[in-house]
Amino acid sequence: MSNFSNTFSSTLGKKLIMCLTGLFLCSFLIVHLTGNLSLFKNDEGLAFNQYAHFMTNFTPIKVVSYLLYSSIIIHSVFALFITIQNKKARPVAYAQKSGNGSIWSSRNMGVLGTILLLFIVSHMSSFWYEYHWGETPYVKYETDLNTGKTITTEISASDYIEYVSYVNNGIEITKSKNLYKEVATEFKEWYLVAFYVLAMLAMSFHLVHGFQSAFQTLGWDHSKYKPLINFIGVWVFSILIPIGFAAMPLYFFFK
Amino acid sequence: MLNSKIPAGSLAEKWSKHKFDLKLVNPANKRKYDIIVVGTGLAGASAAASLAELGYNVKAFCFHDSPRRAHSIAAQGGINAAKNYRNDGDSVYRLFYDTIKGGDYRAREANVYRLAEVSVNIIDQCVAQGVPFAREYGGLLDNRSFGGAQVSRTFYARGQTGQQLLLGAYSALNRQINLGTVKMYTRSEMLDLVTIDGQAKGIVTRNLITGDIDTHSAHAVLLCTGGYGNVFYLSTNAMYSNVTAAWRAHKRGAFMANPCYTQIHPTCIPVSGDHQSKLTLMSESLRNDGRVWVPKTVETAEKIRKGEIKAKDIAEADRDYFLERKYPSFGNLVPRDVASRNAKIACDEGRGVGKSGLAVYLDFADSIKRLGQPAVAAKYGNLFDMYAQITDENPYESPMRIYPAVHYTMGGLWVDYNLMTTVPGLYALGEANFSDHGANRLGASALMQGLADGYFVIPYTVGDYLATIGPAPVDANHPAFAETKKAVQNQIDKFLALKGTKTVDEYHRDLGKLIWEYCGMSRNAVDLVKAKQLVQALKVDFWKNAIVVGANEEVNQCLEKAGRVADFIELGELMIDDALDRNESCGGHFREEYQTPEGEALRNDDDYTYVAAWEFMGENMPEKLNKEQLIFENVKLTQRSYK
Amino acid sequence: MNLTLKVWRQKNRKASGKFVTYKTDDVSPDMSFLEMLDVVNEGLVKKQEEPIQFDHDCREGICGSCALMINGQPHGPKKATTTCQLHMRSFNTGDTIVIEPWRSVAFPVVKDLAVDRSSLDRIQHAGGYVSVGTGGVPDANEIAIPKVIADEAFNSATCIQCGACVAACKNASAMLFVSAKVSQYALLPQGQTERYERAQAMVLQMDEEGFGGCTNTYQCEAECPKEIKVTNIARMNREYFNAEFLQDKKAHV
Repeated sequence: MSNFSNTFSSTLGKKLIMCLTGLFLCSFLIVHLTGNLSLFKNDEGLAFNQYAHFMTNFTPIKVVSYLLYSSIIIHSVFALFITIQNKKARPVAYAQKSGNGSIWSSRNMGVLGTILLLFIVSHMSSFWYEYHWGETPYVKYETDLNTGKTITTEISASDYIEYVSYVNNGIEITKSKNLYKEVATEFKEWYLVAFYVLAMLAMSFHLVHGFQSAFQTLGWDHSKYKPLINFIGVWVFSILIPIGFAAMPLYFFFK
Repeated sequence: MLNSKIPAGSLAEKWSKHKFDLKLVNPANKRKYDIIVVGTGLAGASAAASLAELGYNVKAFCFHDSPRRAHSIAAQGGINAAKNYRNDGDSVYRLFYDTIKGGDYRAREANVYRLAEVSVNIIDQCVAQGVPFAREYGGLLDNRSFGGAQVSRTFYARGQTGQQLLLGAYSALNRQINLGTVKMYTRSEMLDLVTIDGQAKGIVTRNLITGDIDTHSAHAVLLCTGGYGNVFYLSTNAMYSNVTAAWRAHKRGAFMANPCYTQIHPTCIPVSGDHQSKLTLMSESLRNDGRVWVPKTVETAEKIRKGEIKAKDIAEADRDYFLERKYPSFGNLVPRDVASRNAKIACDEGRGVGKSGLAVYLDFADSIKRLGQPAVAAKYGNLFDMYAQITDENPYESPMRIYPAVHYTMGGLWVDYNLMTTVPGLYALGEANFSDHGANRLGASALMQGLADGYFVIPYTVGDYLATIGPAPVDANHPAFAETKKAVQNQIDKFLALKGTKTVDEYHRDLGKLIWEYCGMSRNAVDLVKAKQLVQALKVDFWKNAIVVGANEEVNQCLEKAGRVADFIELGELMIDDALDRNESCGGHFREEYQTPEGEALRNDDDYTYVAAWEFMGENMPEKLNKEQLIFENVKLTQRSYK
Repeated sequence: MNLTLKVWRQKNRKASGKFVTYKTDDVSPDMSFLEMLDVVNEGLVKKQEEPIQFDHDCREGICGSCALMINGQPHGPKKATTTCQLHMRSFNTGDTIVIEPWRSVAFPVVKDLAVDRSSLDRIQHAGGYVSVGTGGVPDANEIAIPKVIADEAFNSATCIQCGACVAACKNASAMLFVSAKVSQYALLPQGQTERYERAQAMVLQMDEEGFGGCTNTYQCEAECPKEIKVTNIARMNREYFNAEFLQDKKAHV
């Protein structure tokens, strides 16, 4: 009956956009966390730097990353639209209003989301922007494939042409941008660590509501699967994943 | 002069034959007719929707903010229909017979038969609209036995059949509003009827938000404005339920029939104090498992009233299960009027319980012992919860206190077989008319009648009149409109000038007490004569000492109430006249002078088998009694006995 | 009981309103909340002052007229209870009670505590019905409906259109109400023929009335006097998305 723009300008359509972009961002969190676990590997960042290179250069991933950036933008912009519309729906506020029956985070998604957006901007400018266009240091790894021992050497920009990884005489040589070092350095700053931990707390609260809410929006409330969704929402997305991410700055800070 | 226009022929063929004899309006001409429907409860909403579907232009009015709030919504129990889905011997004739008998032989055979006949269509119609009636596991409709009926013919939707049926009719109305065939006026109260040459041609309304007084013209006017139970102030009716539209029509020539027939429902929650604004009914199904009793002696009852002892402390031997004692075969399941009157007698003897002494016990202890608490909860849980919420007492532990309350009015505007009042072009449907319940209404019959009138009677009968008068537009500039509007404005000015000392609510309470005391569950000539004088004095005092604050051009609840209470006072007087005229006991009308040696209602079929239709003769003038003789060709008049 | 009431007074839709404080003593715990207001009003009228306006009618919890925000909660503190069925024993002597009207752009104030909820009617005009005329319908038992479906539809149909869901929602969203109506017909076989158009039309009208969007806080469910479930909202979402994305509305020619 109506075309897509009509659909997505309805309250339900906007809700659907929030839901789909939100779920996509959730799925990204899993990938991001899994990859970043390599930070904990005691290899002077070899695995992490390989992973960083793969993520930024493998074409399908690049396509997905653009989807991701636009999801963040759309999710934020629609959140703004929805908030404005919802504020307009009640021009005179109550003198007294209870929050009975709702959880705090469900009523404060905007605040939590804003914290997360600030975090994402700062996070991307420290790492993503620096990695692509900033002055990231370079590193060379020489791994003896027989003994498994790796020698790590920092190299200068003149020694680095492009990312390479090859085997020569039983030695695997990898030259790469050293994002790992960047991370290790940044996370020695207490205020940054605090900010990251706070942001992960916000994410936890954002997702304890957001994840199950997305399924409610999709209309997926079958009594058989609803408990599973709630379980995943709480244990995976608002406990495990935020803890996993928060552990990284803490790890480097106390290392 | 009263012509009920009952068609000739055998009972079963009257309606079919009549439908054929009624004139039809040419389909192309229907849109040239305007029809006003006042009130959008079950009768009004169903009529408005059905007439609009036929092609008429309908203007519908209600004083609520939405048609869905009409008091039809509060009906709990169910709706009867002679479907015989249970294979237990029900039939149209049996439903007809039960209703005539239940009405104590004071209703028209032809009307009641038609009601039973169309009852089956109502259920089909409601189901098609998506009304969620109770169902069995096989997916088909469930039925229950209700109000002492010997067959299971009651369809229900948990404890809110009224709401579900009203929402069905309301949805049909919404569809027509969306199609533009019904123009809906909410928060508009009808304040007068406009007649031209004795024919109804329109109404005058007040917009309850702006105070605008408007006139609306039409070829026919349908009053679907409900009953007048609030004349008693305390009743199970909604706060806004009133007689104003019907009463003002009465003053313009519509006869008021049998106003003294009022129904008192036995299982209501008793009054808790002077602040009480209305009464709450609990389904009479409670009497299936509850036992009604009071203490045997006045002394014990007094101790209860003072709170010195509790119901539990009274030994079995000191209790009087008076319904079981007096009516061994029916016991606690005697009809509403009998149960109510006996509760009153017990309280009048000083054996009532509760702080006020105006209550009897309804005890479930035996049932809980026999069936277990879960089984009782499954059956009556919602009623027990409601009781606990209102009284703060746990009915599982101590017996419920109940007392009768006004619930329904069988009397109403006189109508002929076509539902037309004595004013040509003015119709009355549902509880607003007097037609189908005689002197007592059976349970689950009110919803049936409202919807029968609206869906299946008026769409046929109104066409006959419209075809007769022709489609020429009603002259909205006729002086009658301006004159009637002026009369309404004058009356409003009179109300607004009242700056006395007593609130309108106080007058309403006084009136209610008076009518309840003298023209309630039992009446006698001496008291009625006295009550008439008291009501007349109250009326004089009202017009001197009432307070009405505010102005017309705003939302003004004082003004709204003043108009309604003024009409109730006048109606109260007529109820007393009617009760005084009827020298017999029948159904809800119990005259103490006319009872059997056992204290049961004693009818006088020789002299009172008539409908008393009262004609307004002018302000402060006695009303004139017109009689419509009731003719029984199919049923034999017998004395009801429940011993 | 003695109480202090802070009541919103507003002459009409256009006037600006303010809180007025009333002291009341001699309140009985057995009074309903509205009877307590009746007593206050009677006192005001005696003083030739205008009584407080509030909507009410059946006082049995079924007509859906009463609509008061009491201490920040629609219909007050008691669960699954309308204002008219709330009794003063739910309060303590000495309490201050703040009474406000429902607040939503789609519910303009009529006077004091009474608001205009005709927006809810208009949503139903848009499609809250089965298009079936009087007469000519099949026998009631020709349509068998599984009991679980009938019960579920009934649960949705118990909505009394009071608007507490809108009042409770931080976004003044009407989705619980609309979804209850959509659900009743979406579940029943009688509603199937217009199932998808109905969902679309009612959502469209809901948006036009200016109600906010649902952000799944579920306060509506907690405050609903008839305990309508938010599963209705999930169902409405399904119906609507199904209608918008999957249903082909044109016959192929």
